[in-house]
Amino acid sequence: MTSMTASHAADLVAALLFILSLAGLSQHRTSRAGVVYGIAGMALALVATIVVAAQSITAGAVALILVAMAIGAVVGLWRARSVEMTQMPELIAVLHSFVGLAAVLVGWNSYLEVERHGTAQTRIAADLLSIHHAEVFIGIFIGAVTFTGSIVAFLKLSARINSRPLMLPGKNFLNLGALGAFVALTAWFTVSPSLPLMIVVTVLALALGWHLVASIGGGDMPVVVSMLNSYSGWAAAAAGFLLDNNLLIVTGALVGSSGAYLSYIMCRAMNRSFISVIAGGFGIEAPSSQEEEQGEHREVRAEEAAELLATARSVIITPGYGMAVAQAQHPVAELTRQLRERGVEVRFGVHPVAGRLPGHMNVLLAEAKVPYDIVLEMDEINEDFAATSVVLVIGANDTVNPAAAEDPGSPIAGMPVLRVWEAESVIVFKRSMASGYAGVQNPLFFRENSSMLFGDAKASVDAILQALSTDGRRPAAPAPRQTVAG
Amino acid sequence: MSAQEPAHHPPQRIGVVAESASGETRVAATPATVRQLLGLGYEVVVESGAGSASGFTDEAYLDAGAGIAGSGEPWEADVVLKVNAPTDAEIARLREGATLVGLLAPAQKPELLQALAAAGVTALSLDAVPRISRAQSMDVLSSMANIAGYRAVIEAAHVFGRFFTGQVTAAGKVPPAKVLVAGAGVAGLAAIGAASSLGAIVRATDPRPEVADQVKSLGGEYLPVNVVQEQSTDGYAKATSADYDRAAAELYHEQAKDVDIVVTTALIPGRPAPRLLTADDVAAMKPGSVVVDMAAAMGGNVEGTVAGRAVVTDNGVTIIGYTDLASRLPAQASQLFGTNLVNLIKLLTPGKDGQLTIDFEDVVQRAVTVAQSGDVTWPPPPVSVSAAPAAQPAAAPAKPEPKQPKLTPAGRFSLIGAGMLAMFLLVAFAPAQLAENFTVFALAVVIGYYVIGKVHHALHTPLMSVTNAISGIVVIGALLQIGHESWVVTALSCVAILLTSVNIFGGFAVTRRMLSMFSKG
Repeated sequence: MTSMTASHAADLVAALLFILSLAGLSQHRTSRAGVVYGIAGMALALVATIVVAAQSITAGAVALILVAMAIGAVVGLWRARSVEMTQMPELIAVLHSFVGLAAVLVGWNSYLEVERHGTAQTRIAADLLSIHHAEVFIGIFIGAVTFTGSIVAFLKLSARINSRPLMLPGKNFLNLGALGAFVALTAWFTVSPSLPLMIVVTVLALALGWHLVASIGGGDMPVVVSMLNSYSGWAAAAAGFLLDNNLLIVTGALVGSSGAYLSYIMCRAMNRSFISVIAGGFGIEAPSSQEEEQGEHREVRAEEAAELLATARSVIITPGYGMAVAQAQHPVAELTRQLRERGVEVRFGVHPVAGRLPGHMNVLLAEAKVPYDIVLEMDEINEDFAATSVVLVIGANDTVNPAAAEDPGSPIAGMPVLRVWEAESVIVFKRSMASGYAGVQNPLFFRENSSMLFGDAKASVDAILQALSTDGRRPAAPAPRQTVAG
Repeated sequence: MSAQEPAHHPPQRIGVVAESASGETRVAATPATVRQLLGLGYEVVVESGAGSASGFTDEAYLDAGAGIAGSGEPWEADVVLKVNAPTDAEIARLREGATLVGLLAPAQKPELLQALAAAGVTALSLDAVPRISRAQSMDVLSSMANIAGYRAVIEAAHVFGRFFTGQVTAAGKVPPAKVLVAGAGVAGLAAIGAASSLGAIVRATDPRPEVADQVKSLGGEYLPVNVVQEQSTDGYAKATSADYDRAAAELYHEQAKDVDIVVTTALIPGRPAPRLLTADDVAAMKPGSVVVDMAAAMGGNVEGTVAGRAVVTDNGVTIIGYTDLASRLPAQASQLFGTNLVNLIKLLTPGKDGQLTIDFEDVVQRAVTVAQSGDVTWPPPPVSVSAAPAAQPAAAPAKPEPKQPKLTPAGRFSLIGAGMLAMFLLVAFAPAQLAENFTVFALAVVIGYYVIGKVHHALHTPLMSVTNAISGIVVIGALLQIGHESWVVTALSCVAILLTSVNIFGGFAVTRRMLSMFSKG
């Protein structure tokens, strides 16, 4: 066993551990073990690589590696510890951008190591050289798109820039043109590699990544984040091709394809075409002519809402991004607990794209200690709305819009939504009558069985809790289900 | 793929067999439910005479579109519907690979499950339907309890030598009967309703004070036991505390002296029935009084109950311990049972194409399946998110691209063929090193797709953050490049290492933090 074969063996084991990690993460029962596998695989891969690398570089360079890693580790752990669960999407977007940038840097390094020396270089066999040229370009291209795309996603999610879709004229042609230019540049570069071409392709890819995500509205960010996750995997795989490193290829491909599949699931949930998401064109439908209000809405006060809840048989809460913004998950969890103590059946209906990240609501509710067996997916709960007394729509808008199901002319027509309007009564927690991220008016607000509770979601839920505790121990509502006998 | 290509699969055949248990009058399908089963694409064959005890003639089944056959054919069907658990001889008649649906009482009869599994039968037990709203339409226990509660009152009225309702006649005044119903579950509420609509004064007890409103809504009076009792949050009655039991015993003794009829319905899942009336209580009742013990099959709530029989005590009180109360209303019981069954079959036939498929990802389907492919699959896992390995081979091929019915099989094959050819050419003409890289890449892509399979929705974010941490593996590229060239390369590598380290450590740490929050109530 030489250190080289040992390192190859370590690569294989690390790749297998990563597979176990992803498999584990797809189920609650095995999810924690999955993280452990992932950490073990990563530790193994890092140690093996550093040991091999240390044989051919100076001690100073090894020290540099360790220092850089230590700083990165401190920053990473600090951010992981301090991040608010509501800011999870932003954090993940930023982390994606790091992978993209790193892939760009690796590509540039590879250029500096090989292509810059022209025919004098000795690292790559002559017959593989033109393939290496292409790999450098592809690696830089994917990495740069991931980098700026993630940066824009981060800026939109953290509301540092306007989340409205950027509407440049001929945006599809811009995207396609950039892609065509990339192919042409790659061909040129394989024939005669040069520094200006490197700069051009990097700038082109950075601009394309920016434009792709900038032209998608904030409401569609969950799919974008998941897509960027996939891109970051492909970027790693491209780096693997570049360096002829199987571990990088395997891991990148794993992340890339699982991320793409995850995005595919989400696209289906939103009834979007998967292809048009990858192409960054699906923000196109966002502008809408239906800005006018569609009728009268009714308002309800927190005390009245509390009364309705106290006498309800069953309650379904459908949270949305508004709950995250208002940090209302803890009062909502408290409300859930109190209602359940009174014998009211409380469940949560989570739309697949609620929030700004797939599964965002589940994470927030879990943080607030809502038991996960009462948090149900849209498909699990959609049949039950008709038999439900009260639905609380907390900070959700487009995901509960009846227009999606009933108005074929609506921009969100055909998107599966939570059919909250079938319940006896619906209370919508909202800051104002403004429309949601998709810019579509919501006819739910004007239904006869819905009423609006205006204000900050957290303050509203707190007020309901207050009202519930002061109305004394009124007789609890009957339990939803009966004992079986006989 | 079966859902998309019905032409390749003939519809499956459902066999409705006659019940062999003595006293069983129900049948698993009525002419009305047969029509619904046919509507789901199945063929139905009914054993001759299977419905006669419920009042459904063979002609009625024929009219509904079913076939009538001797006892052989229905047992050999792909799906066999039955009310009670089969005997060993009957299990032997089932085809290997067939599906049996019925009330199998998996908790009480482990050896039956073993026998079914050994016979290679997929067994679905209707009494294992989970008590969630979505599965309510399949909840046989509730629909049978409803019938039994009604029938319990009718049986009592039959034995009881007097009116239920009070009357003032020229021949004198008749006092109304007083009925006590113990346990206000589905059966108890049905009994309360039946008794009060006959005109009796009805009282009811139940450890759960929250049922008071329901008792009242059916015309009964709720008798609270004045002891603090923990509230039930899952809809099931709980075992009671010692203080409570003492107070309840006093209450029952008081009531026994006063009432004419007692109907007891108290059952606790998985345990013998609690004792509510002692021999002393029964002895204190007036001669001519009637006790109906609906828990007789589980040992009885009343001391002196004999399961399956009516006995008269020394002081002239009749204790009815019939265990077949639901079967005593056979037409209704068969209809409700059959409808519950149709609802289950409907769930198992998503394509309405006469092909029964079981999806272990679905809580309800997982829970009712008590034996499959030679294995006993009961009890179901407590958390519904986990997939049973047994279901994987069946589920996986059907999954990719379920939303593309437009593609004909020929089109799909040519598309896959073209892709394969492109791959072949690419690798065949590539230099050795690239070919090897590409092989690894393609296989990893496929693994990545399958490995996350049916990821649970709640885990999307943790999955994403862990894949994000893992994609920090790109650090290896930088590690291999540092220190090899000019200081520029080293500097760039340093930056890359720093950034990806943030990614790796931050990603894993935040995933762990998220996962530690998930809890089950």
